[in-house]
Amino acid sequence: MQKIINMEKVLLGDNQFFAVSHLSDERSRAQAIRFKDDDSIIRVIDQAIELGIMTFMCTTHDRIANICQHIRSNPARYNGFKIFPCMPYAHKYANAITELGIIGTIKQYVPGNIFSTFTKGGVAFLGKDFIKLMEILIDSEMKMFKGIDTPVIFIQNVVVDMLLGLKMFEVFREYDQYIRKKYNAEPGYITMNMPALLDALNSVGIDKPIICSSINKSGFRMSGGKEIYEKYLNERDFKPIAMQVLAAGALKPAEAIEYLGKFPKLESVLFGASSKSHLKETKELIEHYL
Amino acid sequence: MGLSHAAIIGAHHDVDLISVCDTSSFVLDAFKKFSAIKTYTDYQKMIDEVPLDFAIVATPTKFHHQIVKFALDKGLHIFCEKPFSLNTAQGKELVDLAAKKLLVNQVGFHNHFIGTFRELKRLLDKNVIGEIVHFTGEAYGPVVTKEKGGTWRSKPEEGGGCLYDYASHVINLIQEIIGRPEKICGTLLKKFYSKDVEDGVYSLLKLKSGLTGALLVNWSDETYRKMSTSITVFGKKGKIICDATEIKIYLKEPFLSEKLEKGWTIKYITDFALPVNFYLRGEEYSAQLDYFIDCIKEKKQAIYNSFEQALYTDQVIELIIKDAKNY
Repeated sequence: MQKIINMEKVLLGDNQFFAVSHLSDERSRAQAIRFKDDDSIIRVIDQAIELGIMTFMCTTHDRIANICQHIRSNPARYNGFKIFPCMPYAHKYANAITELGIIGTIKQYVPGNIFSTFTKGGVAFLGKDFIKLMEILIDSEMKMFKGIDTPVIFIQNVVVDMLLGLKMFEVFREYDQYIRKKYNAEPGYITMNMPALLDALNSVGIDKPIICSSINKSGFRMSGGKEIYEKYLNERDFKPIAMQVLAAGALKPAEAIEYLGKFPKLESVLFGASSKSHLKETKELIEHYL
Repeated sequence: MGLSHAAIIGAHHDVDLISVCDTSSFVLDAFKKFSAIKTYTDYQKMIDEVPLDFAIVATPTKFHHQIVKFALDKGLHIFCEKPFSLNTAQGKELVDLAAKKLLVNQVGFHNHFIGTFRELKRLLDKNVIGEIVHFTGEAYGPVVTKEKGGTWRSKPEEGGGCLYDYASHVINLIQEIIGRPEKICGTLLKKFYSKDVEDGVYSLLKLKSGLTGALLVNWSDETYRKMSTSITVFGKKGKIICDATEIKIYLKEPFLSEKLEKGWTIKYITDFALPVNFYLRGEEYSAQLDYFIDCIKEKKQAIYNSFEQALYTDQVIELIIKDAKNY
């Protein structure tokens, strides 16, 4: 039987910790300085927990490994705390591909030596077993979460949208099956092209997927336009998570969250905040409108 | 082949992506296994065998000339990645050939499809900051941050190096938004980690109008998470700082027709992003290909990023390389 999880309404994101601001390069730098130490990240997570936010959705950034270690070391304090991993941390691979090429990147990031895993002649053989390679990469990214509850595991939008554009939909199905089988978790998809992705997933038999996409009153990063997103949110069967709800800061929290209240199917809202007061304000708004 | 280009084109409603050509069997095997797209390792064979309207050339720069020339000769519209050419005589040949054959030609200087840079040009054309007296064009990012590595980006003869890879974007923005440089008044090409190519480009540019400014580019700066490009223009009545995410305007006096107040006004990309039907890594990458396809459909020549504009950037790069030898 497939595992169905109930996601909380409020998910804490991690962009603010890793100098990702879609609005301002300057703000990115300020954040990089503020969250230089792992302790400063843990402090925000602890504040979120105090407010009852028990899910942290984060990329497989190297620094998350330290956060996971902290969580494992304090099991009582983090009892019931969940992480939704999002893989891969794209910049890690993008920078590596630029520097080392595709094969060099695989060599660098796959634990042990991939080319000894595939004894039948390295690259040529590897070239024919992409699914095995995907599984090895997933396992390598998931290592840091060992012992932590990860009921939903996402693939990042860069990979999802690349596969979507190339129409390699079968890969989604392989991913879906592997996450369910190996991790007893539900697969999730982050995308900047929600309507097209939902059609693609449905076309390979993936029903009611968890899809995290930009949903905001300004239509920011809602590819194809706000109208088709609203139509899908109202009419189609899936488990949507809203991100970029403030349109990178262009919207005020109250009007932004009020807009989300129009969509009863919306399961959760992902947002990043750096201060307790901001966390509290946004959480209360989400609980009020959703 | 560019995987991102293929994905964007694959998702375009008006285009059928029929074939791809690459030297990597790893990449081609993925296409064979998971898609119906035909794969080739020989671009001439592909162009001869497959009925194509246009081709996208996203190879190391040293191959641009032979591939683009072959494809133009066969009557294909061409979108070519930047930088355009490593040899301006060859670049000129392609500009002339595309013009003669009336084929749509565009180069991937994607910053022109970022709304903030378009807004910068619009504000400068309105003379919002008065007479311009100085500019700086900058780009920073973490491409080469240690002493190793060995792709074509580290080989000068293949179009590697910070000047071709990073600075070309900034030069192209300066030339199209502020004015075309025609003289270089001092250049430092500095190696920080690379052995064979420069990691930093510092150059003083003089435009045709006589205006001077500075080009400051460093691709070995890991304090930036990704490439960050900005243009600052200093005028007698104010100053504008523009990057891909925001445009900051400082005015000594209000500019009423633009509803700009005295002091700072900050506008964000959220107000200027070009709407796209498919998003991968940034609106600008889809927007530039949408524009290219629109030009083909409407049988018009590109105003943004024509071969001629890209060739001009290559010519400025040549001037900078020549000038650097003096120091």
